[in-house]
Amino acid sequence: MLHNIVKYRVLLFMLLPPTIVFFINCYIPMFGLFIAFKNINYVDGIMGSPWAGLDNFRFLFATSDALRVTVNTVAYNVVFIISGLILSVSLAVAVNEVTGRLASRIYQTVMIMPNFLSMVVVSFIVYAFLHPEYGFLVKHILPLFGYSSVNAYMHPNAWPYILWLTKMWHSVGIGSVIYLAAITGISEELYEAAVMDGASKWQQITRITLPLLTPIMVILTILNLGGIFRSDFGLFYHVTLDSGALRSTTDVIDTYVYRGLIQLNDLGMSSAANFYQSVIGFFLVLGANSLARKLNSETALF
Amino acid sequence: MILHLFFIAFSLACILPVLLIVSISLTNEKALTLQGYKFWPEQIDLSAYQYLFSHSQTLAKAYGVSLTVTVAGTFLAVLLIALYAYPLYRKDFPFKKAFNFYLLITMLFSGGLVPFYLLYVNFLDLKDSLIALILPGLSNAFYIFITRTFFQQTVPEEMIESGKLDGASEWRIFFQLVLPISLPVLATIALFTTLMYWNDWFNSMLFINNTDLYSLQYVMIQMIRQAEFFKNQLAGSGVALLVQEAVPTESLRMAMVIVSIGPILFIYPFFQKYFTKGLTIGAIKG
Repeated sequence: MLHNIVKYRVLLFMLLPPTIVFFINCYIPMFGLFIAFKNINYVDGIMGSPWAGLDNFRFLFATSDALRVTVNTVAYNVVFIISGLILSVSLAVAVNEVTGRLASRIYQTVMIMPNFLSMVVVSFIVYAFLHPEYGFLVKHILPLFGYSSVNAYMHPNAWPYILWLTKMWHSVGIGSVIYLAAITGISEELYEAAVMDGASKWQQITRITLPLLTPIMVILTILNLGGIFRSDFGLFYHVTLDSGALRSTTDVIDTYVYRGLIQLNDLGMSSAANFYQSVIGFFLVLGANSLARKLNSETALF
Repeated sequence: MILHLFFIAFSLACILPVLLIVSISLTNEKALTLQGYKFWPEQIDLSAYQYLFSHSQTLAKAYGVSLTVTVAGTFLAVLLIALYAYPLYRKDFPFKKAFNFYLLITMLFSGGLVPFYLLYVNFLDLKDSLIALILPGLSNAFYIFITRTFFQQTVPEEMIESGKLDGASEWRIFFQLVLPISLPVLATIALFTTLMYWNDWFNSMLFINNTDLYSLQYVMIQMIRQAEFFKNQLAGSGVALLVQEAVPTESLRMAMVIVSIGPILFIYPFFQKYFTKGLTIGAIKG
């Protein structure tokens, strides 16, 4: 042990700075989860504040907030995961069929571009379409269907669709890159053999490409399932302009925790929701992983 | 042919929304209020940009903040990622398993926002400090695993061995042999990190109150939330009343967006040649 430490001291020294950064950013906050069981007041400080037992959780689950944000978070994520998977894989398969290197490169470049824009910029784009007076949709498209001015930022029921479209626009292109990489890795011989046997393009896709993509689809879906209690904060906070009128359909655990912490300064409720999110998230990852291992030991993450 | 039509339509769907923003930023304010936002300005009007560049102390400062954070953050992040990935790649390194595990835990379990916030604000006292904008982006286990895999597949062990035989130190082997042939993955990680820092608003929102330290993204958030913000911020106090009428509010917002995404579009082609190679090799077998 000691011998090895001395022998590999340079490599250990290389590891030191990143290890410290991970300790600060990831490990200390993990231990900080106990805050959810404290009744924090700023006079006594975080360590000195009295223990509150399960009071914070009792308050959180006594409100209708907990149910609403949980349902919203999970429902959005399930829809995003399923449609994201289908659209990204289809897109990857389609791009792969494009003949002509230049065209294929151009399409790929353009497809990825939306992902390069921050959610703040995306919120401006959505706003440019939905602005109640000047918005492109509101001013030029909706009148064609006989609607006059509509303020979308007041209509919660429209937002599941708006957010879905925004999310897909932002993420499908980049999501397909990893599948495209996997497709490029498939051996040409398989396709040549299939062509010899008279397989059509469609048969090649369904019998060769998709089955070979399945392991990576399973892995990525597991990763995503583990994150089902987390959401794209920017999407739900900025794109909705944090509009109070929309909360029934747009409030998710992350926005709830943020609002509790920063805007309302309600540390008890916020830290309870935070704890709930972290712990369930952890069990989801473990569960999803063991499920994957049962299906196929090769595809599990660990 | 149908495939091409589909992709042309899809590409347009990706680009047109951005062009709408460009068009709005170039449209005369009066035309905007009369005709609404359109994809094609009838008359090009540069007054939003003129206003932005001539009056904007805030813009200049925000650009400075974003640029500093992005450059420093990206440099540090890539360095730290490579420093962690390299020992994990070395087959002979006996503590490999432990350090792998240390990373894996961070991908599984997270403390979440509240403890993170309290740590930064109450214990590290980083409120209103640029460090609070840089430090959170420095720990990404996923990029480390990608980089390690890239090393495994492209850096031959014999090279390390022969380096040692020639009497090169570990540092020398790392900086002069391993890193130069790993440019594709380093460039890919650098691109993603650059984007992350340039596009970050979350840490500004959490930690920054001092207007001098607002990042570009955070200034934009202020702009879309409160139309009055930049009239107050951009114009000097005395001049404010005089110019208020002439401020092209709507087009100015969109001009700001264009100014903020400019550098990204500029940087992308530069990285693109490495992009596919770096990501593909690194990610396929994670």
